[in-house]
Amino acid sequence: MSKTINLTLKVWRQEGPEKKGRLETYPAKEISTDMSFLEMIDVINDRLTLDGKEPIAFDHDCREGICGMCGAVVNGHAHGPEKGTTLCQLHMRHFSDGDTIVVEPWRARAFKVIKDLVVDRSAFDEIIRAGGYISANTGGAPDGNAIPIPKEVADTAMDAAACIGCGACVAACPNASAMLFVGAKVSHLGLLPQGRPEAARRVQSMVDRMDELGFGNCTNEAECEAACPKEISITNIARLNREFLKAKLFSPHS
Amino acid sequence: MELNANIPSGPLAEKWDRYRFERKLVSPANKRKYDIIVVGTGLAGASASATLAELGYAVKTFCIQDSPRRAHSIAAQGGINAAKNYANDGDSIWRLFYDTIKGGDFRAREANVYRLAQVSNEIIDQAVAQGIPFARDYGGLLANRSFGGAQVSRTFYARGQTGQQLLLGAYSALMRQAAAGKVTIVPRREMLDLVLVNGRARGIVVRNLITGEVENHSAHAVVLCTGGYGNVYFLSTNAMASNVTACYRAYKRGAVFANPCYTQIHPTCIPVHGDYQSKLTLMSESLRNDGRVWVPKKPGDKRPPREIPEEERDYYLENKYPSFGNLVPRDVASRNAKEQCDMGKGVGETGRAVYLDFEDAIRRDGKDVIAQKYGNLFQMYEKITGENPYETPMMIYPAVHYTMGGLWVDYNLMSTIPGLFVLGEANFSDHGANRLGASALMQGLADGYFVLPYTIGGYLAAESFPDVPVDHPAFKEAARDVQARVERFLAVGGKRTVDDFHRELGHIMWEHCGMARTNEGLNKAKGMIQALRGEFWENVKVPGSERDFNQSLERAGRVADFLEFGELMITDALARQESCGCHLNEAYQTEENEAKRDDENFCHVACWEYAGDDKEPVFHKEPLVFENVELTQRSYK
Repeated sequence: MSKTINLTLKVWRQEGPEKKGRLETYPAKEISTDMSFLEMIDVINDRLTLDGKEPIAFDHDCREGICGMCGAVVNGHAHGPEKGTTLCQLHMRHFSDGDTIVVEPWRARAFKVIKDLVVDRSAFDEIIRAGGYISANTGGAPDGNAIPIPKEVADTAMDAAACIGCGACVAACPNASAMLFVGAKVSHLGLLPQGRPEAARRVQSMVDRMDELGFGNCTNEAECEAACPKEISITNIARLNREFLKAKLFSPHS
Repeated sequence: MELNANIPSGPLAEKWDRYRFERKLVSPANKRKYDIIVVGTGLAGASASATLAELGYAVKTFCIQDSPRRAHSIAAQGGINAAKNYANDGDSIWRLFYDTIKGGDFRAREANVYRLAQVSNEIIDQAVAQGIPFARDYGGLLANRSFGGAQVSRTFYARGQTGQQLLLGAYSALMRQAAAGKVTIVPRREMLDLVLVNGRARGIVVRNLITGEVENHSAHAVVLCTGGYGNVYFLSTNAMASNVTACYRAYKRGAVFANPCYTQIHPTCIPVHGDYQSKLTLMSESLRNDGRVWVPKKPGDKRPPREIPEEERDYYLENKYPSFGNLVPRDVASRNAKEQCDMGKGVGETGRAVYLDFEDAIRRDGKDVIAQKYGNLFQMYEKITGENPYETPMMIYPAVHYTMGGLWVDYNLMSTIPGLFVLGEANFSDHGANRLGASALMQGLADGYFVLPYTIGGYLAAESFPDVPVDHPAFKEAARDVQARVERFLAVGGKRTVDDFHRELGHIMWEHCGMARTNEGLNKAKGMIQALRGEFWENVKVPGSERDFNQSLERAGRVADFLEFGELMITDALARQESCGCHLNEAYQTEENEAKRDDENFCHVACWEYAGDDKEPVFHKEPLVFENVELTQRSYK
């Protein structure tokens, strides 16, 4: 059964990338515990609009945890305190009456704030552009069953492919490293036989681009894994390191 | 206006091959001279952009989100159909074609649907080559499951994230072409007008959603892949940014809109629970493979589900439709759920829900097997509702999910505006009056990977194109209109938020133009929408400024278009005095409350041409000719 709670929000407001930001306090009264976190912000925004103030800018789209568009740091946790949950799927029943909630954007050198809670994550697209694909032009593909792929391999590839590209891993990492994001893609494609021909070139190119874009190094904090709403395993980073080393040592492309 | 579908002659199975031979080609050296604009990066847009670029065209691709990886195709859960017959259960291209035509209640074009079934197999091959981690059996071969409206297992899937995986595959192909310099990706832009020069589509006007700047982009052809308009109902399973604006702006520029009233209400969604709710969440149709739908036999029975003994439960789908059981098509499943709730047998706090129960499946196959198939869906359900579906049955209710209507296109996927092509959910072409599950992914990718890349060449090769710079008077005028409209929203300064208007529009549409419609209700709704639209322009409050990241302003534009478009849907629903597929007019039902078609008078595509603001649109029809299938009353018993 639903009930309502009263909260205090402290939200990061920043008018633009070059402007100075600050935390502003808003009361959030009579919030139904069945609401999602973003629906709670919708309610606050409606009230701000009617009071003649600017609503809080925040990215969101599918609101079912799959598009990767939403995300904010809630009380110090990327996507909030619930494990394996995007911000849009975080429900207010996990908060208590009287709580104060601090909401901030992803903070990383490679993700500039655009406005309030909205950040620029185009660096992720840049990394994929560097090699996060299998080169297979449309047409001329062999029959889908031509290459049997052991179920365990397909399943492990799928585990890695579940990444939604939200950036929580970067936001959670003390070094703002993108290793989990890159590791997930390198694993997904590298585990499959179709992805092997380009594996060495892919891993080097993606890692190089990641470094150029200003992401930090991995120092095995494992915060990324803890924050990942899709619970992508940190073993993907180990696989990334192995693939990278192998490519550097044995590949003609290095 | 003569609506010529340009269907190639000859036997159904040979049309597409013949067409591809007869259509003019653009030589490889000339392709790079053609600029093509693609709007939208869902399955249709991403696959079309990537394939056109691979062929050598110069492609510019726009999306509304921050990245082309996020379009709402990503949320499709259950799967994608193909006529591979890997399950050896008697599937064929012909059967997939027939199931799709029948599922659509005989309101789709034979030739288009047959082509869709033909290319379905190539989609699976292409997706596997890209590294889509489809589900596999222990032998390493691809696995299949069943979906509604079919008695064969032809649905390929990647857990409950098939749309995500297929979209990321198309996105990766797109990024590869971006790296090769063949595609320019322009994110965080919203298309606000189509630009015509000498009657041809030659470009678009977009708003940069970060800076608020209005920009002009010119090309030799424009391809709209902007999805469906389910958000006209406010609450739907669509993403928040899904909207009709790009299509509606094209309609206002002369593209004819087909069958706008065909809206699919998906039977398995999480029920509505409060006024603040912003969207509805789908639970994949694949759940109906193992879940059993039931309600208590006694109206008003408020006991917890596990306390209701077997003999006091009504498994109404299994009882009423013994051969398809829980896997009847979506329109049939939705209407039956509504019927049970109308009889007072609905469950849950609001009484607007039915049970989807996995107890038998868990007993039969074990919890692990069920978790493997549906784990992520069960988890999502629990997150939203706080209930564990392994222990207590899910509660589901129908919700707006997909729109079969869209801009009218011919066999080339070209609209009535030369040079404007429309793909995926944004067009009307393949699903008739009802789409079968796992066919949306198939259609989006068929259009983008395998149809448009051929058909667009024929258009470009047949014409000569004078240069159209972005400061051409047609661009200047369109940009000026866009700018004026943006300023108008900000100038109203009223007392109601955009969402408040949107919510009210949604109530009107759901109540009167939803799962069941009456002439009386539709007429009433028409007046209500006109009144609401009038109030919108006098009383909406849009905060902030235009040269800024302003999400309220974005939404204002979309809702203003929905307020006009909703009326077009109602006009169309009123004109179709029959029931078919998802369009149920209560006056036309069989004795068993199924949709009763009138093939003599309504076996056509209803097409609407814009005639001016506050004027009734002009009606045209494209007759549907069935040469290969016999029109029958659909039966899933």
